[in-house]
Amino acid sequence: MSRLGTITRRSFMVLGVAVAGGVAFGTYAVRKTPPNPLSPEGEAVAMNPWLIIDQEGVTVIAPRAEMGQGVHTTLAAMVAEELDVAWKDVRVLHGPPAQAYYNAAMMEAGLPSAHYTRDEMSGWQEALLHAVPKMLSLQITGGSTSTVDGFDRMRHAGAMARESLKEVAADRLGLARSQLRTEAGMVIGPDGRGLPYADLAADAAQVEVDQPDLRPRTDWKYLGRAMPRLDMVSKATGTAEFGADVRLPGMKFATVRMNPKLGGEMRGFDASAALTMPGVERVIDLGSGIAVVASNTWLAFQAADAVEIDWGPAPHAETSAELFGKIAASLDDPPNSTLRDDGDVGAMTGTVVQAEYRVPFLAHATMEPMNATALLEGEYLTIWCGNQAPVVIQQKSAEAAGVSDQNTTVHTTFLGGGFGRRGESDYAALAARIARELPGIPVKVTWSREEDMRHDFYRPAAIARFSGAVENGTATALFARIAAPSVTRSAMQRLAGFAPPGPDKGHVEGAFDQPYAIANYRVQGHLTDSPVPVGFWRSVGSSMNGFFHESFIDELAHAAGADPLEFRLGLIRPAHAPSAILLETVRGMSGWTGRTPQGVGRGVAFTYSFGTPVAEIIEVRDEDGYIRIANAWIACDPGTALDPGIIEAQMVSGLIYGLSAAAQEEITFLGGEVEQFNFPDHDALRMHNTPRIEVKILENNTLMGGIGEPGTPPAAAALANALFDLTGIRARELPLNKSFDLLL
Amino acid sequence: MPTTLTINGQTHSVDLPDDVPLLWVLRDEIGLTGTKFGCGVAACGACTVHIDGAAVRSCQVALADVWGEVTTIEGIGTPDRMAIIQEAWVEHQVAQCGYCQSGQIMQAADLLATTPAPTDADIDDAMQGNLCRCGTYPRIRAAIHAAAAKLQEA
Repeated sequence: MSRLGTITRRSFMVLGVAVAGGVAFGTYAVRKTPPNPLSPEGEAVAMNPWLIIDQEGVTVIAPRAEMGQGVHTTLAAMVAEELDVAWKDVRVLHGPPAQAYYNAAMMEAGLPSAHYTRDEMSGWQEALLHAVPKMLSLQITGGSTSTVDGFDRMRHAGAMARESLKEVAADRLGLARSQLRTEAGMVIGPDGRGLPYADLAADAAQVEVDQPDLRPRTDWKYLGRAMPRLDMVSKATGTAEFGADVRLPGMKFATVRMNPKLGGEMRGFDASAALTMPGVERVIDLGSGIAVVASNTWLAFQAADAVEIDWGPAPHAETSAELFGKIAASLDDPPNSTLRDDGDVGAMTGTVVQAEYRVPFLAHATMEPMNATALLEGEYLTIWCGNQAPVVIQQKSAEAAGVSDQNTTVHTTFLGGGFGRRGESDYAALAARIARELPGIPVKVTWSREEDMRHDFYRPAAIARFSGAVENGTATALFARIAAPSVTRSAMQRLAGFAPPGPDKGHVEGAFDQPYAIANYRVQGHLTDSPVPVGFWRSVGSSMNGFFHESFIDELAHAAGADPLEFRLGLIRPAHAPSAILLETVRGMSGWTGRTPQGVGRGVAFTYSFGTPVAEIIEVRDEDGYIRIANAWIACDPGTALDPGIIEAQMVSGLIYGLSAAAQEEITFLGGEVEQFNFPDHDALRMHNTPRIEVKILENNTLMGGIGEPGTPPAAAALANALFDLTGIRARELPLNKSFDLLL
Repeated sequence: MPTTLTINGQTHSVDLPDDVPLLWVLRDEIGLTGTKFGCGVAACGACTVHIDGAAVRSCQVALADVWGEVTTIEGIGTPDRMAIIQEAWVEHQVAQCGYCQSGQIMQAADLLATTPAPTDADIDDAMQGNLCRCGTYPRIRAAIHAAAAKLQEA
């Protein structure tokens, strides 16, 4: 049982007796604090929903999932910054599903305006943004929102706890709170005598203090620095626990086979051969597929292959060509959104440019295949898995096992990659469904790589048509129309059973909200009705729109006879100065002159996404007829750089994720089935073909932005633009290995 | 008939069919979960362990074919006593999601055993079978160089 297990086991029903409501929030936005879900046993004390203090130090309860982006470390640094604890005494655990952990920044991200046009919000705007996610218990890790969301709340959690601890110490010492200070896990009196937090915590949790001011940046000791990640030692020694690593006494090992013709039914199956195979204990009819329960995962894999299953056809189009036909046809439908409509794009003058771009479906392909462990004991269900949405996991697993939400405990482990895939709940619900057939027996359900790749919620394929005009060396008009199946609608249908009406902002993000001063500028989204399940894939709409928009800007620059970087600068400088500085920064980092020697090509791209503008330059080199992606330069501006080491890692990661897809990834359909099975069919960049990458982090932007995704959107366009510079060939379709001999 | 294996210096008797891959013996039978399942077809390297000191993909080695002593990530160091290569991983803050890193470290340890001062080209050759979806390659490269320097000092 994990440590959090002892803290939260069935505790969501019983409020912790040692906990004073409102300790963490104070006046911060939410007047009535949601219940504290923590009720630790023994000597440990929950100060508030984010903080437990015991003799071993402090444990920060992270409201967000650690899936590689380093957020546990930064969230802990926020608490520690105000609490004054030694970094070695800080631990982090994933929080249980609970209303207290709602994500307010997620709502703000949904506002249908461009981030660069926003100011600090007024109090009531902020209160409204908190109300809805609180009501919905929107506990989601996504949209690069975790640090923005946690920045005030986690620091307040630390500051309120610190002042409560000082208050209790002051009372015990007969001194005023103002005479005391805190350092390294102790309240220290004027005589230098220290009282350990652990000795004060139980009383401190009962004390209410006024919310203190947060410390100014000039006093920061942890934030603003590259902190040693709290998960690093465990991940370097094989001791970090991922969902796949959960082990329980008497556990069985299972796998599933679902219809490869996505959305199709199962007509029947014959398990007679499978049931004679070694180690096989059960073959379970799941209605939509089968599960094999065995004594070993590999034996379950083998037996699942031996089950003869009669699959019904897919309800969607049979081939990729048909799917692209549907997407193209939706461009003739009325638009779902026109979120940018400046001037008049109807009467273009000067040199008019037109282009059509296409991108394919993509799989997430997390390194850790989908899995979950489930145990049903009477009316109580326990689920262990890596996930980005514990409340949804709780609800969907409870439903699958036939128990109530309140009786369902979710333990979130480390995620072996998320990228949006683990924001879904299908893998946990399947494990719960299997546990229902095995009462009292824990079962770990692991998907094969093939099952994982062929049953994803894919980044949608998309088609974009652009037209624009240039005169006197600059752009005077840009009209973009973007068609694809809607991620928001597909995901909401699964999540809530309905597709929200109205303009789909996520669909056109990365295109409508870019800081280019183009007088006549319109961006429209067209939604394709397609039952291929699509989902949130690192940077979502911006993943495709970054390619479309920045490829087209490049085409306009060339049509204008301008240097692509200077052309962008001229348009961005009047719209958003911090973004212009990024372009100047990558120009300097790379020594961009607008000219490249024979055999070398360079491309630039810029996308403002998830609150953070990012400029990237890619350099490609001809090596004996093959093209190497040789170098990359990135400049980003997240406003406030909370951990430069983690930000650098995420920029590099985002770029490599985007380049991997741009270079060689696509999911295609034949006979209603995904044609890719495993990494050889949907590979990513590797050690030998990853470029040398340099990153610079700037802090000129007014508002804080996200980190996990913004590195991805400019990658494909920067590469395509570099390939154009090298070869004179403009590739308007991804992946680029269809058009070029890339050294992969 | 049970098969006897030596894993991280300890002897284990395993009663599983001969064709079960070493990966699944380690993970499900022995409980050594540091070694990861990523693809099952030797395309990602997450399952890399050593047999007699040489890196192998444990998803491709049948139980009956294990030809020597097995070393897993748990066998080269622990959180309290890390190997030099693991210390280099921590120093360079390599891991992100971390799922592939056991395999990366075992592969890199094999490289350093055979090539004490690897060039970038050596690292490219040795490490290209190990996939990382988070894209930690630049820091892996830096950590390997750092570990090589430290090992040569030692």
